[in-house]
Amino acid sequence: MEQKRKEQILRMSGAEVRKCMKCGKCSATCPSYDEMEYHPHQFVAMVNEGNIEKLMESESIYKCLTCFACVERCPRGVEPAKVVEAVRLEVIRQQGKNRLKQDDIPAKLDEDTPGQLLMTAMRKYAK
Amino acid sequence: MQRIGVFVCHCGTNIAATVDVKAVAEALGREPSVVLSAEYQYMCSESGQNLIKDAIREHGLTGIVVCSCSPRMHEATFRKTATAAGLNPYMVEIANIREQCSWIHKNIEEATEKAIILGRAAIAKVLLNAPLTAGESPVVKRALVIGGGIAGIQTALDIAEAGYEVDIVEKNPTIGGKMTQIDKTFPTLDCAACILTPKMVDCAQHEKIKIYSYSEVEAVSGFVGNFSVKIKRKARYVDETKCTGCGLCTEKCPVKKVPNEFNMGMDNRRAVYIPFAQAVPKIATIDADHCNMLKNGKCGVCAKVCSVGAIDYKQKDTIIEEKYGAIVVATGFNPIKVDKYDEYAYSQSKDVITSLEFERLTNAAGPTSGTLLRPSDGKHPHTIVFIQCVGSRCTPEKGKTYCSKICCMYTAKHAMLTREKYPDTDVYVFYIDVRTPGKNFDEFYRRAVEDYGVHYIKGAVGKVVPRADGTLDVQGSDLIMNEQIHIKADLVVLAAAIEPDKSARPLATMLTASMDTNDFFTEAHAKLRPVESPTAGIFLSGTCQGPKDIPETVSQASACAVKVVGLLAKDKLTCNPCVAHSDELMCNGCGQCANVCPYGAISYSDKEFRMPDRTTKMRRVAYVNPAVCQGCGACTVTCPSGAMDLYGFSNEQIMAEVDAICK
Repeated sequence: MEQKRKEQILRMSGAEVRKCMKCGKCSATCPSYDEMEYHPHQFVAMVNEGNIEKLMESESIYKCLTCFACVERCPRGVEPAKVVEAVRLEVIRQQGKNRLKQDDIPAKLDEDTPGQLLMTAMRKYAK
Repeated sequence: MQRIGVFVCHCGTNIAATVDVKAVAEALGREPSVVLSAEYQYMCSESGQNLIKDAIREHGLTGIVVCSCSPRMHEATFRKTATAAGLNPYMVEIANIREQCSWIHKNIEEATEKAIILGRAAIAKVLLNAPLTAGESPVVKRALVIGGGIAGIQTALDIAEAGYEVDIVEKNPTIGGKMTQIDKTFPTLDCAACILTPKMVDCAQHEKIKIYSYSEVEAVSGFVGNFSVKIKRKARYVDETKCTGCGLCTEKCPVKKVPNEFNMGMDNRRAVYIPFAQAVPKIATIDADHCNMLKNGKCGVCAKVCSVGAIDYKQKDTIIEEKYGAIVVATGFNPIKVDKYDEYAYSQSKDVITSLEFERLTNAAGPTSGTLLRPSDGKHPHTIVFIQCVGSRCTPEKGKTYCSKICCMYTAKHAMLTREKYPDTDVYVFYIDVRTPGKNFDEFYRRAVEDYGVHYIKGAVGKVVPRADGTLDVQGSDLIMNEQIHIKADLVVLAAAIEPDKSARPLATMLTASMDTNDFFTEAHAKLRPVESPTAGIFLSGTCQGPKDIPETVSQASACAVKVVGLLAKDKLTCNPCVAHSDELMCNGCGQCANVCPYGAISYSDKEFRMPDRTTKMRRVAYVNPAVCQGCGACTVTCPSGAMDLYGFSNEQIMAEVDAICK
């Protein structure tokens, strides 16, 4: 099961986790680091180990801003943000695991909310 | 009638595990002209070679085929074996059933079939082999060393000490190379200048060594034992025979703002300069790009103050041509440019420096006279962060794929020396791995941690942000503590990757010496011939071959010298008899072969030929100088009339091999 999930995540992300040399540059550059239970380098290592369940249960998948700083800076071309995104997708693809429910949206809106944010949120947190 | 012997090698399990060697021997034994077919565990061993020798004598073999490893590995071995048994060494053919068969196939049946085909092709070729006799060529007993850093210096001194003449060509005004810029050397912490400058002086004073400083290799022709090299002596506008190195011109020159490359541009020099006090040769050089007199004819101060009249504004580049028996490449390295890694803010802050710049800031001859001061405000830094692997161990898009090897040790040195001299300074080192293989190396690094209290942090730095108060915010990960940390630093030092000098690539082309994708020179064999280029007569010394520290560079430089001396000690070299020759009756003198010949071995002459009607006619025909020809075969495939052919690899033989494969 975990093996199949790992393959799925690797296919979705297109990231090559085996290239990681464990330097920690992704976590060094991450602006959301302190918000996360599991950090970018751990996402890469845990997906490589097939230890994905814990990541899926963690709030960390919603803390990644997809700013791609880790992707930009990684000396090995591993693309950690894509791994995080794939784990997040794996969760929201499950029945009833939508992070964002459509009915909740009007209450969260105010006039300063950029439309772009809404679109991004729908893409990331809902099927 | 030919009598061919076939010998199939198991190479332990290297071949035998994938190829059914018995079946190969049996199948090849049935080939026409084959009178004997045998297999053995290790054909290259003494007993294996004896088996071949006995067979040649007993069966009166006229040619042999050895089915074994690549001819690059053991062709010479089996040729010697044949010679010992009275067979001409060029009646030996190798069928490569290891590298080109067993190592790359998994299926035994297919591999066996391929091995038989390769063996059959070799039999077809050996049937057309003719005994060849190697000629001889003389050896010029002088060596050229390209690059006058510690590698070139050591190689030159060792060759000269053995009694042979050596010329050093150095592109800078002085020899000494990168080591002159280094303050102290690990792991013993002795002063670099104190151990290097005596060697530089030894070079200058040695009667067998000639130094061409401020010079570059312009063209190379010839071959092992007999190279002809054009050396460009760049105009330094100072007469080397007159200049005493007093330095008066360098004090009086009014152009004061030329960035000083010796101090990594952190201070200035004059337009006429001597790179540093211990320069060898200690001769001033005028920098034509900055000299007012050379740019617009207005100045002439240096000529006025020079008491010996050494200044010569009319000096021109000159080309000299010399003969050498061997050429040593010692072109060295440079740190890469780090400004492309914008996360480290190297181009935003003066206080983000490279390790070589740090080296100058701690050197007594440096811009701060050896006191460690921040480049921005000249104050003592109290927190220093060292960042490892900048541009090393990356994907090719991001930087260098290799480990630069020297950074772990010099950073430990920098950290340790800083803590010793300035105990109130906090020193942090961000590392991915600490790589310290080498005698007393790991102990050295541990001393930095245990005795000097350097903070080693396993993790990388994500970004360095210059703050308004003049400090640098270093944001990094501490993987052991599983934390993201911020350090308020006064100085950040980047351990930049090292790369081969830019002059190496064009030089490799001139020498027809091979390089890898990183522009490091390739050695003839990674393990067994590490100081020679695959091109005969070209030797490799120091970091031009790969990243190395000083102890390793010096070891390699001396090893290289021994190989050079081994060559120069010979009076004559045995030539390769597998050279091209032209059939004058077929040659129409079109000149295409000379165009493609990389060695300049082909010339043309007018010759008189008798025609069928008893008249004579003059025709232009090609002639191959067998001492210069390396047998590459470019001319044979270019020749439109089929007049050019190669001994040992004739067109007929190649076609016979193809026919045997396609049978």
